Amino acid sequence: MGKEKNENVIESSLKRKYKLQAKDVNVFYGDFQAIKEISMDIKANSVTAFIGPSGCGKSTFLRLFNRMNDYVDDFRMEGKIFIDNQNINKKKVNVEQLRKQVGMVFQKPNPFPKSIFENVAYGLKIQGIKDKTFLKERVESTLKQVALWDEVKDNLNKSALALSGGQQQRLCIARTLAVEPSVILMDEPTSALDPLSTAKIEELIHELKHKYTIVIVTHNMQQAGRISDYTAFFYLGEIIEFDKTNKIFTNPEKKQTENYITGRFG
Amino acid sequence: MTNLDQYRESLKQSGLEMFELCEKQMLKSKEAFLTHDSDLAEEVIHTENRVNALDLKIDRDCERFIALHTPVAGDLRFVLALRKINFDLERVGDHAFGVAKYIIEINTPIDPKLLENLRFVEMYDSALSMLDDIKDAYIDDDTKKARKVYKKDKVLNKININAFKVISEEVKKDPNLIDQYLLLFSIIKKIERIGDLITNIAEEIIFYREAEILKHQKKKKVRKPGK
Repeated sequence: MGKEKNENVIESSLKRKYKLQAKDVNVFYGDFQAIKEISMDIKANSVTAFIGPSGCGKSTFLRLFNRMNDYVDDFRMEGKIFIDNQNINKKKVNVEQLRKQVGMVFQKPNPFPKSIFENVAYGLKIQGIKDKTFLKERVESTLKQVALWDEVKDNLNKSALALSGGQQQRLCIARTLAVEPSVILMDEPTSALDPLSTAKIEELIHELKHKYTIVIVTHNMQQAGRISDYTAFFYLGEIIEFDKTNKIFTNPEKKQTENYITGRFG
Repeated sequence: MTNLDQYRESLKQSGLEMFELCEKQMLKSKEAFLTHDSDLAEEVIHTENRVNALDLKIDRDCERFIALHTPVAGDLRFVLALRKINFDLERVGDHAFGVAKYIIEINTPIDPKLLENLRFVEMYDSALSMLDDIKDAYIDDDTKKARKVYKKDKVLNKININAFKVISEEVKKDPNLIDQYLLLFSIIKKIERIGDLITNIAEEIIFYREAEILKHQKKKKVRKPGK
């Protein structure tokens, strides 16, 4: 009995080293199969990049981790997705709570047409937090976390829409961080930004990984190389190769991966 | 062919040009030495400028390839390897140049019997054959051919060790010829060094084709536990 208990403890601690897990996942949009039998383990406090040509299923797969695909017509999924060993597709799972835990940043910055302060405080306010001091402190600390505080501290009541694209994207990340998620999903977060804003976001991702588990979809091979610890190459709904980024960009196992990352295919 | 492929191909061609130039330099310096032809030696000395210019061009092109194409995986390994291969070939060219310089400096040809005792021609030909093999390996991206040079390098090392014995005996017999012997010994050292440079090139070809690092492996093998 004691031995069995110990084994269970060891097994569960081993499992915990993975923050996100996908088991035998298939995704269909009507008759079209977008994801084919994907299983994947993503380590906590790491950055994992999804790369692959357009339409390969990487964004669809990313959105499985906060159930964003639930809104898509004809969407159907088989298999299981776990976050901290919890199956997130069970009926009892509160999707709002899930999205608080799993934040998302999109390709195009999408601040609310509200003030900078309100944008960051929004998530907390809808949770019923009214304590002004707490809100102020959280807004300040979060804006500092995304390195935006110094640029906006004197204009917190200004419309978020007046910020530059790069600032808006950092504001959106701040909005995500304010509700203290443990996972951040990013779908091409810098594809609409200039190189300087991109560098700031990349620096931010590098800082954030100490506290969060980050999964990023990117079409920029150099970006994947610069910021991620692990890289998964998707093609036609399958994972062709998933390995340490170092390995993928220096000596990939599969010829298909090499052809893609060197720009010869896809 | 993509732009990247074209650039890589042109780098490869420049590398091949360097191989051919250095091979010619070695052939000419051998001939100049054996026939004591100072005109040919002068030609080798002048051509050294071309070797240096091509070395700079390849270095600059490699840098541009990295900066403009940000190569990864096989492309990255190729350009990293080519920079080292280029460096090694330039050193091969330097040694051919060094041999040619000696020919200008010495007045009398070396005694053919001594050259025979030292297995000088055999050594030089082995080095040339290694260079030819490694050039073929580079052209065909063939690691099997690249690995062939290791065996031949052993021959060079043997002749080099033997040369020391032969020369020390000859010096005892006729100390007046010590200058000639020392010069000959230093040329033999150069050829032995050319062999080492060619094995370095083999390592680089294996690295860019198979992503396998062979550098410093010999030392590791020597340190077996309990030995």
